[in-house]
Amino acid sequence: MISYSGYFSQLLEIVVALASAPLLTGWVNVCRAWLQNKSAPSILMPYRTLHKLFNKDSILANDASPLFRMVPYIVFGCMTLACSIIPTLSTDLPLSPAADTIALVGLLALARVFISLAAMDIGTAFGSMGARREMFVGFMAEPALLMVMFSSSLITQSTSLTGIVENLVHRELAIYPNLAFAGVAFTMVSFAENARIPVDNPATHLELTMIHEALILEYSGRHLALIEWAASMKLFAYSCIGIALFFPWGIAQASNPLALILSIPILTLKLGIGGALLALIEMFSAKMRIFRVPEFLATAFLLAVIGMLVHFLLGA
Amino acid sequence: MTPLAPQIVNLLAAILLLVTFAMLSQRRILSLIHLFTLHGATLVASALVVAWVTHDSELYYSAALTLALKVILIPWILHKLILRLNVKWDVEPLINVPMTMLIGIVLVIIAFNLALPISQLSSSIARGTLGIALACILLSFLMMITRSKAVPQVIGFLSMENGLFFSAMAATNGMPMIVELGIALDILVGILILGVFLFQIREQFDNLDIHNLEHLKEED
Repeated sequence: MISYSGYFSQLLEIVVALASAPLLTGWVNVCRAWLQNKSAPSILMPYRTLHKLFNKDSILANDASPLFRMVPYIVFGCMTLACSIIPTLSTDLPLSPAADTIALVGLLALARVFISLAAMDIGTAFGSMGARREMFVGFMAEPALLMVMFSSSLITQSTSLTGIVENLVHRELAIYPNLAFAGVAFTMVSFAENARIPVDNPATHLELTMIHEALILEYSGRHLALIEWAASMKLFAYSCIGIALFFPWGIAQASNPLALILSIPILTLKLGIGGALLALIEMFSAKMRIFRVPEFLATAFLLAVIGMLVHFLLGA
Repeated sequence: MTPLAPQIVNLLAAILLLVTFAMLSQRRILSLIHLFTLHGATLVASALVVAWVTHDSELYYSAALTLALKVILIPWILHKLILRLNVKWDVEPLINVPMTMLIGIVLVIIAFNLALPISQLSSSIARGTLGIALACILLSFLMMITRSKAVPQVIGFLSMENGLFFSAMAATNGMPMIVELGIALDILVGILILGVFLFQIREQFDNLDIHNLEHLKEED
């Protein structure tokens, strides 16, 4: 069935994701600076960085294979697709049957694999160290993320994100204790996946601690710009998954296309609060040693599993 | 009876389990005491909800008792204790934390299976939470086993008592008042005696590692 409103909301959603992802990153940085009593950078700073990087020449290492040049586009494509599957503004998305939550986790994993391959491609010590650490974090974070998704799927009997959101919104208001577990687990996983403070520090280039920065050390110019943009979109995508799973109210339904107008300010409000909370949690926590990360993520995984068990005990 | 109340009790039970797991994975003693306070506060809240629904005045008294004892008095005593003993940090537990968590999840599954037939016999509004209460008891027990220092063991003991209180509430809407009072007094005396005991251990061995107590004689 061809529905123009569906295509319109899909298009709008991709445009909003592309345009506002750097804004979210900027907002988190501003909040963090405020909390640290520093003078904050402009909220538009990520846009200026992207503009600067797009205007610079990108330099490739002599040993770089074609893979190294392809990876920024692949990663950027993965993140755009992820943002278009997640119901941020509307659940009426023609693309959403393309991937359910499991495929979404796979999509994020695909981006991770390629960026790690590119980091190893050049053959510098930092690149392969970063790649190893990235995979180390990823292999613990992905199962935990899947379990979080399954917790919501168990309630709504659906693995598609739009299905979950529609079901949760239409359900009468009830308290689901397993969502409390899943929420805590999801917060922990998203800190690990987005290279935020307890696991990785996005602002450092200190060789002993960096994970994400070590991966992209060899990129410059437009390649770096694309990867930075993709990283912003990853943060945006994770925030939107969190909103869709735990606070889905205000997302427009297929039956009511006019709600789309209202859903943009609601999304802005939710992301604003979410970004401020992210900065607050980052302020209160200290960067962990890398060997504590498995412990952190094992906790997240177990919380998600217990959430599912609690669902069977209390929900039945 | 409002249909919302059982949901709130279930949520509080889930939070209780969450806090118990957090205590199991916590290394720092000060944070452990804060978590224990939170544990007690959750217990008070769930007792209040159950009391409100069942119109049971005795449960209000036991909630007030729990608040006074486990949320205010005992954490305060523990704070004083660690200040006087000058211990802020806990070293590694005997089994590493991910392993402890894995054992913990097995315990949760066991507790849930054990509680399922019992809770079907119960008529309390919180009967679904009996499994969680049992899991809290077993996890606190695990915490006492895996810690080698004395203060976390004391906290494990106290949180086990919290779990017992919660399971009594889940199974039968609370114990008789006289039992409640007796247990509360026992806990208070117990913590005071353990406090003295800790000072004695430190006097003797200069640290709080209870492995020192395994030797019967002084070795030389």
